[in-house]
Formats: sequence, C-alpha cells, structure tokens
Amino acid sequence: MNRNLALFAGVALLFVLTGFLQSWNLTLSILNMALLSSIMALGVNMQWGYAGLFNTGIMGFTALGGLAVVLVSARPVAEGWAAGGAGIVTGLLMGAASIALAIFAYNRLPKGRVQTLGTLAILVLGFVLYRMVFDPAVEAVEAFNPATAGNLGGLGLPALVAWPMGGVLAAAAAWAIGKTALGLRSDYLAIATLGIAEIIIAVMKNEDWLARGVKNIIDLPRPWPVPYEVDLQQSAGFLSWAADWGLDPTTASSITVKLLYAVLFTLVLFGVIWLSERALNSPWGRMMRAIRDNEVAASAMGKDVTKRHLHIFIIGSAVVGIAGAMMTTMDGQLTPGTYNPLRFTFLIWVMVIVGGSGNNWGSVLGGLLIGWLWLIVESLGPAVMGGLVAGMSDGPIKTHLVDSAQHMRLLTLGVILLLVLRFSPRGLIPEK
Amino acid sequence: MDILNALVVFLNFVFVPGLAYGAQLALGALGVTLIYGILRFSNFAHGDTMAFGTMVTILVTWWFQSMGITFGVLPTALLALPIGIAVTAAFVLGTDRAIYKFYRRRKAAPVILVMVSLGVMFVMNGVVRLIIGVEDQNFADGGRFLISAGDFKAMTGLAEGLAVKGSQAVTVVTALAVMGFLFWFLQKTRTGKSMRAFSDNEDLALLSGINPDRVVQVTWILAAALATIAGVLYGLDKSFKPFTYFQLLLPIFAAAIVGGLGNPLGAIAGGFVIAFSEVMVTYAWKKVITYVVPESMAPDSLVQLMSTDYKFAVSFAILILVLLFMPTGLFKGKSV
Repeated sequence: MNRNLALFAGVALLFVLTGFLQSWNLTLSILNMALLSSIMALGVNMQWGYAGLFNTGIMGFTALGGLAVVLVSARPVAEGWAAGGAGIVTGLLMGAASIALAIFAYNRLPKGRVQTLGTLAILVLGFVLYRMVFDPAVEAVEAFNPATAGNLGGLGLPALVAWPMGGVLAAAAAWAIGKTALGLRSDYLAIATLGIAEIIIAVMKNEDWLARGVKNIIDLPRPWPVPYEVDLQQSAGFLSWAADWGLDPTTASSITVKLLYAVLFTLVLFGVIWLSERALNSPWGRMMRAIRDNEVAASAMGKDVTKRHLHIFIIGSAVVGIAGAMMTTMDGQLTPGTYNPLRFTFLIWVMVIVGGSGNNWGSVLGGLLIGWLWLIVESLGPAVMGGLVAGMSDGPIKTHLVDSAQHMRLLTLGVILLLVLRFSPRGLIPEK
Repeated sequence: MDILNALVVFLNFVFVPGLAYGAQLALGALGVTLIYGILRFSNFAHGDTMAFGTMVTILVTWWFQSMGITFGVLPTALLALPIGIAVTAAFVLGTDRAIYKFYRRRKAAPVILVMVSLGVMFVMNGVVRLIIGVEDQNFADGGRFLISAGDFKAMTGLAEGLAVKGSQAVTVVTALAVMGFLFWFLQKTRTGKSMRAFSDNEDLALLSGINPDRVVQVTWILAAALATIAGVLYGLDKSFKPFTYFQLLLPIFAAAIVGGLGNPLGAIAGGFVIAFSEVMVTYAWKKVITYVVPESMAPDSLVQLMSTDYKFAVSFAILILVLLFMPTGLFKGKSV
C-alpha cells in the first residue's frame, strides 16, 4: 500500500514540478486531460482487467460521447427541424424497423431458400424506402444556412445531462457490436471494434445534418458550476480577489475555470472507482474474475459467459462514452477530424497496461502518468530534440529531425508498452 | 452498342480498379493469414509492416532515380523492391527474436500476442513517421498507361474509353506471380510442406522432427515479403501515406477472415470479395444504367448505394455477416 501511495505521490510531484517549471495553466490542462484519460482507462480496465475483452474501438466510444453532447446540449436549429427533421427521424426509424423486421423474419421463416430470399427482400426494400425518405430530408436540412448551421442541432439541455447520455449512446453501440462479436474468438472482438470505431468517425465526419461533420460544432455550453473566462474578468469581486492574490486577471480566470473542471472530473472519477470497487468485491465481481481466469470452469458452474461478457463490455464502453462527453464539453467544440486511433484507443491501452490491468487504482495511476508524459512531450519534445541536434550543422536533416520530434511519442510509447508487457506484465500496481 | 458502352464503363470504373485493389488486399491478407496459421495470432502490426517496407522501397527508389537508374516503362520501385523486402525481412526477424520469441516460449495466450503486436505496431509506425514523415509520397514513374482512354476510343470507335493504368497492370501481374510462387512453395518444397504440417498440427509436426525455429523464420520472411510487395503496389497505384496503411488493416483483416483465417486460398478469395464489394457499393451506377435502359427510364440520381467515405463500412459489414453466418469463413479457416 505504501508503495502505491509513493507512486501516486511521485506522479503528483511530476505535475507540481511542471507547474513550477512551466506554468500552472499548462499543468492544469494536462491534469484535466489526464483525469479524463484515467476515466477512459477505468472503462477499458473493466473490459480487459475484469473480463479479458480486447476492445480496440475506444476512439469510437469516445467520439459517440462527444456526439451525445452535441445532440443533447447544443442549441436546436428550428429551421433545420422544420425543413427535414421529421423526414430524417422517419427515415432512421424505417431503417431500424426494416433491420428489426429482417432479423424477425430470419428467425421465424422456415429454413432454406424462403428464409434467405425473404430476409434479403425485406432488407433491399427497407433500404430503398429508407433512402427515398431520408435523402430529400437530409438535403433540405443541409440547405439551410450551411455556413453556420445546416444541421438539426441539439435539444439545448444543460451539459451535465449530456454526460450520462454519452454513456447511453456508447452503451447502445457496444450492445450492437457485442451481440455479434462476443462469443467468438478473442481476436474477432478486437477487429470488429477497430472497424466500428472507424465507421463511427466516418459517420460523424460525413453526416452534416447530424453534427455539421468536419465543419465542426462550436460554442457548446459549459456544465453547471463552470463560468466563462470573459464573465469572470468582468466581475468586480473576481478582479479584486485576483488582485489580492497578486494574479493577472486573465491567467487567474483561466486557472479558475480549469480548476473547476478538475474538481468535476475528479468527482466523476471517484464515483466510477467507488462503484466499480463495490462491484468487484461483490459476488458479481468474483464471478467476473472466475470467468476471466477459467471460462470453461465458470460455464460448468452454470454461468452464462457470453452474456456476462456482453454486460461488462456495455458497462465499460459506457464509462468511456461518459469520459468522451466530458472531454467534448471541456473543449467546447466537437471536431470529428481530431479523433485518431493512436491517441484515443492505443494510448488508453498503454495506460491500462502500464498502470496494472485488473486494478482500478493502477488504471488511474497509468492514466495520470502516461497522460502527463504524452502531453508534456508535446510541449517539451521539439525543445529537447533541438538540444540533442544542436551540435549538428544546419541542413535538411537537422530540420527534419526537429520537425519529427512529435513522432517520437509513438516510438516511446511503443517501447514502453513492450517493456512493461515483457518485464512487468502486471503493471505498476498489480491486481490484488 | 449501348450494351458495349455500358460494359466498357463497368470495366473501366469497377472491374479494373477492383481487380488491382483486390490483388493488393489479397497479398496483404496472405501475410496476415500465414502469421495466423503458423504463429496463431492476429498481427496488428501488419499494416505498419507494409508501410515500413514501402518506405524502404521508396527511399531506395529515390536513390536509384538520383543515380539515373530507371526501369524503362516499368516503375523504378520494382527494381528497389528486393532491397525493400530484404530490409523489412531483417527488421521483422529482429522483432521476432527480440520480442515475439519470448512469448512463444512461454506459450502465451493469443490475446497477449495481439497486444504485443500492438506495441510493435506503435514502434514501426513511429519509425516510419520519423524517417519519412506523415505526408503523401508519390513515387510512381515509368509508363503512365497501358491503354489510355483516348487510344481505346480511337481503336474501337466506342463512346466510352477504357483506361488501364500501368500501375494496375503491374499490380495484377506481380500479384499473380507472387501467388503462384507462394503456392508452389507451400505445396512442393520441403520447407513449405513443413510449414503446412506445423500449421495443421504443431505437436505432430514437432514429433516428426520439424525445426520450429526455421518454420517461424521462413513465415516471418514470407510475411515481410508479402507485406512489402502489397504495400509498394498499393503505393504505386494510389500514393504512400503512413496513416492510410494503418487503416488498410481493417479491409485486410476482413479479407483474411472472410476467406477463413489460416487458409491462403481463402485470403486471396477474401481480398477480391472485399475489394469488389467496396468498389461496387461505393460506385455511382448512373452512367452504366443510362446506357442499358431505354432513354425514358434513365435515372436522375447517381444510383450510389453509399458515398465513398463509407468504404470501411463495406468491409466491416461483410466481416460482420461472415462472423454471424459462417465464423470459419468461406474456405474453412481454423478459428471459431
């Protein structure tokens, strides 16, 4: 236990040092991202650490959380809704209905040619009808003021409502993917989730009616206690308070905002840890570990392995979705172009493995440590590389090396992952 | 006549590009399937192995070009290919010795090996980006077209042209040669036979005196060669960009699984199934249909089932269908 405390103290020291040597503003931005990554790592740890499920689509669930923020808390675009809202909703419902009908028909029709042809006919007919209703509606919505809108907008609800919705959206996607890929070989889940993540990003980039695609949504509202910097800088109370502390009002306001976010994120983080520790130490948690350690024995005891896997897959993905929603709220904008699998899937995996899979505190430690490393290298990397090549004569090779310093991150992370897997596969804080 | 024009449009925009893309995917999927058959894990680093091999080949190509060495109408990259393969094979053998060997000795679970391959993927990706950067690189030279659209029109007098790019012809011919060699190797040579025996039943193969280290080494070399060739052909046909190669993982895995993981013949079939479905689903059929149906029935819309941005969704959908209805693939792979 003392060792664990020392590890956390060490990470805290890293953040404090960054604050003194660089700036507190930077430290807090890194801390906020690291806290969010820790929550994602907790979600992944549930899937991998408790159940041994290999999910490579974390990016997709993060992005779905972000999408939920737009759908729930962005301002509604009334003209868009009037132009084609009904058509889009009807079209989507028809698409879903035809898939449901096809599944129903597949299960009910007699086996053989009737079953195949009947199911196919329903799917083809459903697709044609869906496109006939959906396409004109989309065109109508996107035609309205494409420079600033061109989408349906959200419901205009507070940001805090959007966070659980992010979890719900991610859980729904996880249900669909888990239903098909779980129960097969373990690699298949990895490949299927890798695919669904790419598709989710492709949908978010291209469906302008949904969240404006690559034109991005900005001005998402902030969650309840967090004020806007501009408002702070105009409030007399805040200005005098900042002056008392001898702080510049701009820095003070931005630090205050980030601190409030950090408090909110920490609350959610502790909530998730508390719930999952409770779950781990319950009969349910023991069952999950029993399944992970020996599937055959567990199913001989009458446990439905596939169903349990589906549950844990959904729960873990929901946690990732919540963190994704929180991230989009903090950024204040949804930019589908910035989601990339190395940052949002594989980095989280490195956090879980380095921290210690199967241990919630390990995941949090890994999240904070690797999150700090990833972002600090972004700001320090070029400088360090510049120092390393200072002795070289100027030329294209030197410029190339300095420019490519940011790619060192991938290399470093890969090496860290390989070293930990090889020499300390149980991670920094091993499972008890 | 109109039917002929429709056929030419179909060949030009669907069949020829699909054939070339399918050959590239098939070569990629062959590498994945070989690794799976012998080493028994899904190698997530395969896309980046392709990128690595292509990068080496590009660098050598540039070096050749700077010395004035070219390959006539054929792309110079073909000359550089053997060097690219050799370097990649050396690199991959190095990773096997330094990393995978340890886990093989301990008989680690496949999912651990998958995760290790993820680490290797990171490292390779980092190396590629560090050396050549993340930008698009175009390294195709030599003859641009085997048949250009204009020549074809002049030759046949049809309204539509059929263009075959040099890179497409090179792709198909190279792929056929490589596949032929691979099957000859697996069926006829002693090493190939021992590989198949090892893949079918590891214990029995060991019992009959097959040297496992040698089998594993040959597998890695073959996988590196296949990856480099697939990567270079894809790069010649389109262009080289590290991130695109990472994204190729999905269609390649889909191809290998559709064909049946561990089955080389299946990987080839899977590659073409995925490629043709991708091209056909994302192609706008308006022109073809306009030629075939009477004028009054010509469609107004593009008759495109899905926009090209969703091409990943096609391979994914096929993957899911296969997982649901025949989890061992079209050609009876070994996995359930």
